[in-house]
Amino acid sequence: MTRAATVQRKLAFTVIGWSVGLLLFFPILWTLLTSFKTEGAAIQLPPKFLWFDWTLENYFEIQRRSDYLKHALNSGILSVGSTVLGLVVAVPAAWAMAFSPTRHTKNILMWMLSTKMLPPVAALVPMYLLFRDFGLLDTRGGLLAVLMLVNLPIIVWMLFTYFKEIPGEILEAARMDGADAAREIIYILAPMATPGIASTLLLNIILAWNEAFWTLNLTAADAAPLSAFIASYSSPEGLFWAKLSAASTLAIAPILVMGWFSQKQLVRGLTFGAVK
Amino acid sequence: MPTLHAHATARLAMSPAVALLLAWMLVPLGMTLYFSFLRYNLLMPGLESFTGLGNYQFFLTDPAFFDALANTLLLVGGVLLVTVVGGVGLAVLLDQPFWGRGVVRLLVVAPFFVMPTVSALVWKNMLMHPVNGLFAWVAQGLGVAPVDWLAQLPLFSITMIVAWGWLPFATLILLTALQSLSREQKEAAEMDGAGPLAVFAHITLPHLARALTVVVLIETIFLLSVFAEIFVTTNGGPGTATTNLSFLIYAQALLQYDVGGASAGGVVAIVLANLVAVFLIRLIGKNLDA
Repeated sequence: MTRAATVQRKLAFTVIGWSVGLLLFFPILWTLLTSFKTEGAAIQLPPKFLWFDWTLENYFEIQRRSDYLKHALNSGILSVGSTVLGLVVAVPAAWAMAFSPTRHTKNILMWMLSTKMLPPVAALVPMYLLFRDFGLLDTRGGLLAVLMLVNLPIIVWMLFTYFKEIPGEILEAARMDGADAAREIIYILAPMATPGIASTLLLNIILAWNEAFWTLNLTAADAAPLSAFIASYSSPEGLFWAKLSAASTLAIAPILVMGWFSQKQLVRGLTFGAVK
Repeated sequence: MPTLHAHATARLAMSPAVALLLAWMLVPLGMTLYFSFLRYNLLMPGLESFTGLGNYQFFLTDPAFFDALANTLLLVGGVLLVTVVGGVGLAVLLDQPFWGRGVVRLLVVAPFFVMPTVSALVWKNMLMHPVNGLFAWVAQGLGVAPVDWLAQLPLFSITMIVAWGWLPFATLILLTALQSLSREQKEAAEMDGAGPLAVFAHITLPHLARALTVVVLIETIFLLSVFAEIFVTTNGGPGTATTNLSFLIYAQALLQYDVGGASAGGVVAIVLANLVAVFLIRLIGKNLDA
């Protein structure tokens, strides 16, 4: 290929690539823009893309009207809390399976994975009744436990695939050199395991933040995180698109940024190591 | 005896995770199975009675069940079609060198991180609204009558909304697989005179086969349980036009308060999901040996 042809080809792909990318991103961009409009401008046709009276009013309004920050705080507590709790349980388990495998290890891993494949709706009735009888409906504690259990198989699996890549010989070498268990953990294991644990943490916070089956069914006004709170904008009483957009923008912005940082881990985490 | 000691420690380290997941599986499963044989309505407490297979008979002969089964299959099939075909196209596109490719990649993967309730409401209102939505404005500009998407084409509309969220997932996985394809192999084929289409059909696609299988199986597991998108847009309607199995069971349980019927439905849903899960587990298990 000549140089001119290469440049031409690159230019063509640049145009196609950006067009497709912007088209797929458009609903998010449109939500962001609409969040700065007045309610009147939000439903106006023909739509104004940039030349409208920009306002921050909607962002204050969603806080005044529906205590947005409470639900954002719920989202934060539930997603971070359930993930950290999951890690506390999963790190020792994944560690043992990666470094002291027995003939049952593979079966245990496969069984854990299979629990993730049960349709959540099949557990809806029992969970609802248990939550009702133990007074857990619309409490953060109850939902936190459920979100932790929902994501536990993914956490164990992700950690396992990361730990598998740590060479076991390093541990033996350290032991030969006379390192005791505490030193082994602090100086050798922790530095090597930290990146994998951080990736797992990030991806599972994202998954828990966006979870919308259990949050919709087990919470109401008090414990509702953003994924359930946003659903209150589906009422047909009026078109509050600007406020919906402001609430939506704040709900997806932090997770989108985290998601952009964790693209690679996403592939590994959600394919259970089958594609790396 | 260091190994025996190590094994005991390992077992101890695993036990909390195993115990929790065992409880998380067995308790709801056992309860669902038990309730599925009871006549049990939350509005009539204390009147529970054994009814054998009555709930199954009721659930499996309900016309709504067949609608829900068809809708579930159409929704899963439709989203798979869009995401697999679109995902292969996008992955090949993002594998080409062009200016700003890194940024475009960020734009393409973004929808995956939008929570389902937000994406459904944004699409329902700002894009698909028959009067004030952007699609209606585009239709006007083209001189055609605006479509009331969620009323006239409800299942198609929900398929689009869900597919928008899953397209990035397929793209990312296929792109990851594509990038492990060696340049030399492609170049060798081009040297031998293979055109771009021949290279795609005989080298790229076979290389993607495994990643494609993974995408199809994992998406199927998640798509069988689509719920929030339906909950905030159509509530299963009009009629049962967008009621899938998940939504039907939810409605039976928390709108009709029919614990028995919903539980029988839950058992049916587990059986259906298992048909897919068996294949996925086998595939991932094979990978674990390698």
